[in-house]
Order: sequence, then structure tokens, then C-alpha cells
Amino acid sequence: MITDWQPSASLEILGLRAQVLSQIREFMAKHVILEVETPVLIHSAVSDPNIQSFSINFHKPNQPGEEKLYLHTSPEYAMKRLLAAGSGPIYQIIHVFRDYESGKLHNPEFTLLEWYRPGYDYHNLMDEVGELIHRLGFKQTIRMSYGDVFDDFTGIDPHQINMVELQKVAKKGGLHTAANEKSVLLDFIFSNKIAPNLGHDQPTFIYDYPACQCALAKLNNSVPPQAERFELFISGIEIANGFNELCDVSEQRKRFEQEARYNSQTGKTDHIIDQRLLDAMISGLPECAGVAIGIDRLLMVIKGYDDINLVIAFPVDRA
Amino acid sequence: MAIFSTNEFKPGLKVMLDGDPCAVLENEFVKPGKGQAFNRVKFRNLKTGRVIERTLKSGDVMEGADIVDLELQYLYSDGDLWHFMDQTTYEQYAADEKTMSEAAQWLKGEEKCTVTLWNGTPLTVAAPVFVMLKIMETDPGIRGDTATGGSKPATLETGAVVKVPLFVELGEIIKIDTRTGTYVGRAK
Repeated sequence: MITDWQPSASLEILGLRAQVLSQIREFMAKHVILEVETPVLIHSAVSDPNIQSFSINFHKPNQPGEEKLYLHTSPEYAMKRLLAAGSGPIYQIIHVFRDYESGKLHNPEFTLLEWYRPGYDYHNLMDEVGELIHRLGFKQTIRMSYGDVFDDFTGIDPHQINMVELQKVAKKGGLHTAANEKSVLLDFIFSNKIAPNLGHDQPTFIYDYPACQCALAKLNNSVPPQAERFELFISGIEIANGFNELCDVSEQRKRFEQEARYNSQTGKTDHIIDQRLLDAMISGLPECAGVAIGIDRLLMVIKGYDDINLVIAFPVDRA
Repeated sequence: MAIFSTNEFKPGLKVMLDGDPCAVLENEFVKPGKGQAFNRVKFRNLKTGRVIERTLKSGDVMEGADIVDLELQYLYSDGDLWHFMDQTTYEQYAADEKTMSEAAQWLKGEEKCTVTLWNGTPLTVAAPVFVMLKIMETDPGIRGDTATGGSKPATLETGAVVKVPLFVELGEIIKIDTRTGTYVGRAK
């Protein structure tokens, strides 16, 4: 039997990929953002309970036993250490790895463009992302707050709604699982009822997320607080995620510890707190905004494809 | 019964949903970059045939449904129940009118039908895809009219009524596609 040795992406798409990457590098050079490389192989698994790291064993030639290392799920921590070391604006284009992710929009190994802008806030960074996207041939972007877009599509206020109401809306919308975490219920409603409608006419930024979805974003002073975070949607697909980076080390430690508690409850016991990141933050992470863009999905929406396998030469099944 | 996790939801898997046996049709992985992973699953309710879409948290489980498809021979109907037999075990099964649904109108006896059992009891019955049945009643044929494409109703020996071309005669045996209930051709 002949194997599926051929690429699942056409040669035309591989050409487009090369062209987009060179346009991005040109854009970054023009904006005086430094290209960096950080390791794929790292010591601390990701702490985000919703993201799973691959682990591998490292054997040192002159030492018995083995050391457990992880493939990074994002270059975020390492890049923040560079920022704390005084790098100034930096970007990188790199493969990241996430276990348990596979589907029409997911390959466990994918290409991320990540960049950080000291001195920018997230709206400045949305401007810059919009400029890059426009440079790649997309229309001008528009912005809507998470609260407004939720209200538009579902008539509910995601910041104020109580748990019982939220569970009712989710159940009516077809959520089979009985969930009692606000974040899970909001994720369900957002990804089923809202996201598919976003960014069909113009690329659309959604910003100011509920605090329960803050990741490593700063919180603002509204009541209840909102995360200064944004995502970009094109053709109903999530393309980018960015935020005002949390610089406060005690808040960062608190979130790590919360995640660690949650992870130990759910059996995700692998991760250890990345002390190097905390030490970098103690030394001083400059106020900055950062964003990650999925390059594979960007190629998908440029071509109007609905399957990520059509833009990756060798997705995991034929890797 | 076995328990299945969302990552085992392949098309064709039978699970219990809201008390009814369902077959998985599609299973799509949905996950926000920073959020919860879900599986958006399409099911077919095997009782009603309706397609239902539900979303589960990835890793959630559902109970398997005890569904078995058997090739059974149709024996006879006593008016209330249609009786079938497994030709290897000689075990007999009875299906009521609701279970028979569309299948009943194509059966006269001895046909091999696909009977879907749920917990050992017939849930649905599918007649053979093609059946040969005699026309018992129809308007006189228009000989040689194979071109105009007109049709007329014909009542078959089982009582089913199908549309047949104008040239088909009373007493002829014709072939029917039971999935669509349409005339395929005259028996050779």
C-alpha cells in the first residue's frame, strides 16, 4: 500500500505561506521589532488548565537517569524574560505544541507569530495588528467589546449574568454537560453562538473579556473587573489573542497558585510554577502589550478554507 | 453498558442521549485558544430518525446504547405484530406497527430485513433495499409509450401504491427501491 507521503497542502499554498511569512518579517523590520528565537524545549509545563503540554525525557550524556522536559505551548514566558532583560520590542515565528488538540481548526503542532510591544497598550497593539492584517490583503478591522457582542447575539450581559441564568441559556443552546463554572459556560456560548458570526465582512477585534477569562492579562477598574484582552476573528475563526500583559509579580504568583490548585483538583499535576518568569518579573517586566497570531489559520481565512490540513504540508497524521 | 468518552465518539457509535438510543454522525473539536475544549456532536435519534446537535465538554462520557443490527427473515403479520426469525438461531422477534413504520408496506413474506434491536427488542425495521412485487391494480397500459415520461398509480400485492410509467401493465412484477418508494423497472 502506498502511504500518504504527499503534502496535504497544495504547492500554491506553500508558496502563499512563504510569501506571508516574508511579508510579516518585512513589516516587523519596518516597525523595528527584533526577531528572536526562544527554546521549544523547556522546563516548566504550561500552567493554563485548558492547555496541555507534551512531555519528553532528556538524557544527559554523562548523567544517569532522565530529566522531564516539555515542548512549549507558547513562547510567552521566554519572551517576557527577554523583555525583562531589556530587549525592547520583539517578535518570533515559531512552532508550538499542544496535546489533546486536533480537528478542522487544530493541529497539535502549529505556527505562531507572537510579538510584544513595550510602552503600548492593547488598543495600540490592535492598531498594529490591524495594520499588518491590512498589509496582508484584509479589509480594515473593526472593534466590539465582549459585552456588546454578547448582548447583540444573545441578549445577555456576560459580566452581570448570574450562574443559574447562564446555565439556562447554555442548556437551551445545546450544552449537554452540566457545568457550574462561569468560564466554561461563557466559552460554550461564545464559541457556538457568537464566534461563528464574527469577522465575515471585516476582521473583528473583540476586547475586554470577563475576569474569569483573563489568562495573563491585566484587569481594569470596572465593576466587576474586566480583562484587558482582545481576540481577532476573521470568517468566524479565532485568529489572534492579545492583551495588556500582567506585570505585577504578586498577582502573577497568585494566578499561578490558583491554576495549580485547580490543576491538582483535575489531575493535571505536571506543571511547576515557572520561577524564572517570576524572577524576571521581580527584576521588572516593562509595561507592554503582546499578541499571538495563528499563521495556519491566517492562511485558511486568506483562502477561505475550513480545514487546517489544507494549509499545512504535513499535518500530524502524515507527519 | 460501556461508557464512552468524547474522544471515542466516532461516526456510528451508539450512545444514550436523553433516554433514547442515538448514533453519532459527526464529532467536531471546538476550542477557544484560551478556553475550555468542547466536542460539538451530531447524533441521529434511532427511534425518531431526527438529527440532534449537542455540545459536550471534551472528556465527558456518555453511556453506550445496546444496539444490534440483525438480518432477520420476515415470517408473517398477525395484524398487530410483524414476526421475524433469525435463521441461524431460530429465535423469533416481533415488531409493532410503529416499529415497522414504512417497511411494512413492502413485505409479503420471507424477505430478509435489517432489524435494529435495542436492549433485545426491535427498534426499527428496514425492508430490503429492492423488492419485486406484482401489480394488482392500475389503469390499462399504453403499449410502447416509453417516451412521454408520464406516470400513473399502481397498487401492489402488499397494498402499497407506487407511481409507475404508463406502459406498465396489470399483473406485471416490478422492482421497487424501498428507500425512496420508487419504481426502478420491470422484472426481467
